[in-house]
Amino acid sequence: MMSGRFSFARFLAVMVKEFIQMRRDRLTFAMMVAIPIMQLILFGFAINSDPKRLPAAVLAADDSPFARTLVAAMVNSGYFAINRTARSEAELHELLAEGHVQFAVTIPAGFGRDVQRGTRPVLLVEADATDPAATSNALASLTQIARNALDPDLTGPLRGLRSTPDPIELRIHRRYNPEGITQYNVVPGLMGTILTMTMVMMTALAVTRERERGTMENLLAMPVRPFEVMLGKILPYIAVGYVQVVIIVTAARLLFGVPIVGSLLLLSLVMILFIAANLAVGFTFSTVAKNQLQAMQMSFFFFLPSILLSGFMFPFRGMPDWAQVIGEALPLTHFLRIVRGILLKGNGLTDILGELWPLTAFLVVVTVIALKRYRQTLD
Amino acid sequence: MTPDLVIDVRGLVKRFGAKTVVDDFSIQVRRGEIYGFLGPNGSGKTTTIRMLCGLLTPDAGEGTCLGLDIRTDSAAIKRQVGYMTQKFSFWEDLSIAENLDFVARMYGLPERKRRVRDALDRLGLANRQNQLAGELSGGWKQRLALAACILHDPKLLLLDEPTAGVDPKARREFWDEIHELAHAGLTVLVSTHYMDEAERCHRIAYIAYGKLMTRGTVDEVIAASNLRTWAVSGPDLGRVERDLAGKPSVEMVAAFGTRLHVSGTDADAVEAALEPWTHAPGMCVAREEPTLEDVFIHLMNRSTDNFR
Repeated sequence: MMSGRFSFARFLAVMVKEFIQMRRDRLTFAMMVAIPIMQLILFGFAINSDPKRLPAAVLAADDSPFARTLVAAMVNSGYFAINRTARSEAELHELLAEGHVQFAVTIPAGFGRDVQRGTRPVLLVEADATDPAATSNALASLTQIARNALDPDLTGPLRGLRSTPDPIELRIHRRYNPEGITQYNVVPGLMGTILTMTMVMMTALAVTRERERGTMENLLAMPVRPFEVMLGKILPYIAVGYVQVVIIVTAARLLFGVPIVGSLLLLSLVMILFIAANLAVGFTFSTVAKNQLQAMQMSFFFFLPSILLSGFMFPFRGMPDWAQVIGEALPLTHFLRIVRGILLKGNGLTDILGELWPLTAFLVVVTVIALKRYRQTLD
Repeated sequence: MTPDLVIDVRGLVKRFGAKTVVDDFSIQVRRGEIYGFLGPNGSGKTTTIRMLCGLLTPDAGEGTCLGLDIRTDSAAIKRQVGYMTQKFSFWEDLSIAENLDFVARMYGLPERKRRVRDALDRLGLANRQNQLAGELSGGWKQRLALAACILHDPKLLLLDEPTAGVDPKARREFWDEIHELAHAGLTVLVSTHYMDEAERCHRIAYIAYGKLMTRGTVDEVIAASNLRTWAVSGPDLGRVERDLAGKPSVEMVAAFGTRLHVSGTDADAVEAALEPWTHAPGMCVAREEPTLEDVFIHLMNRSTDNFR
């Protein structure tokens, strides 16, 4: 026989067999096609590192034409969307703290008068700088606005106020992350990302493994209820999740000097909701996946949009509306806001309520699906 | 219900999609009996056993297992039944002792530690209790599985092809133990492909394509088949076999070493077919009792015909 030489026929046989098996494993095949498509769409359309039309709130104590021109100029720059007006400083800061707006603009009383007098009134712009990437371009555009926006209004005798020094004094406060340190944003965000990846995958594998190895049948033949199995399988991973959180928080503090402004207790309580949501996703995957490979693929399929559309890697507000809608449906999006809110902004329970209910809703829906699917697979 | 019937089910039906896996199946098993469950692969044995212990819900049919309704009391049934799956289904990454301890906890057994220790002693595995179950050989895995299945003192033992892939000596020992357990009052329903094992059962049932073909003691089953068998020995049996295989009255021809087993239900017709060989020089044709295997293969052939 010629078994020592390369045989084209044998090589062909292996290749044909590989194609047949690929075709049989529908899910793997679907993933191989779907993942590049998903990446193309997400990276190609959804991601934008130069976010425009960022929501801003204005507290205007002055209604002069100058103030209005200035606000109009900000909107015209494309970077700002003035969609809130605050009536008090407290309200303004609440809007910023709860993340409803990215910027808080304060126009002081007597603004127009001071412009005319040439005493250079202060225009205060406070930015939510937890994610420096989201705000840097917008803030850079402000300098130009402060310099030139009022020029058309400064006519006649006021003409001399036009150029140097600027007719107004621009004061920018980068709140929560004054030095614009990227780590402050990324490290707390990593907490959510790592939890998503490990929690979903661990549970998906834990249950699929039982089925793949045939031990599930044994388990079901014993007097144990589905809910007991689900709870008993999930709880150890919640503990694993907490170990991960402790590692990340410690590293954030000691290694990266991330400030911890808010309550760690509150964070660890809210974390349960997030971890449980991810575990429920993993459990649901395990009821669909036939083997551990499929469980891994499905976890990846969930993980990819989670990191790309949640605001972890790229500014959430820079994405088109459809991507933001998908992002809002993902637990990581809300958890990122919570963890950044608590650690960097010092958010309390009331500040994060708006992010808690979507997490809860997600958890409930997915748990119902998981339990429903689990019952069906008994038969 | 007769109090002595541990399993008493009638008209069980189970469908998976369009395929009917178990079709109108009934079975009665008495207390302390070893009941053999035979049939070709894919005949619905495993599905039936799963329905009996509540792992699957039948699509039709009713009945009791240990006096409990198989439809509504599956939780209570699970407590009193030991089910040994076809494939080793204990945790290979747990040690022998940990596996037994887990099972004991699942059933909420009192004096858990002592019972696990007793089971280990009985198994003769006390000194290897910390070894991982995955490292055991096939025979030991099977013994561990049996020990785990009877840890909670079940009243009924369901064994799904328990000796597949186990060497003859271990099989013999396994069956000795099953008989001991039956003597002690345990009822056993066991599925198997092995004829010697079927012969060690008190009663057997043969199912094919989800339908019950025959049941009774081994002798009853052989008698009920109406099968007649002749042994042919002599020179050039290959030619004899080819020749006989074409005759309609000869339902089965199979070579066993230097002898040919020829069977059929119509005795006169088979004898007529054998006629040319009966007086041939060097040939020897003699009536024989059909074996259980002859009967089963006969049943299998017939059921395939029915199925088509």
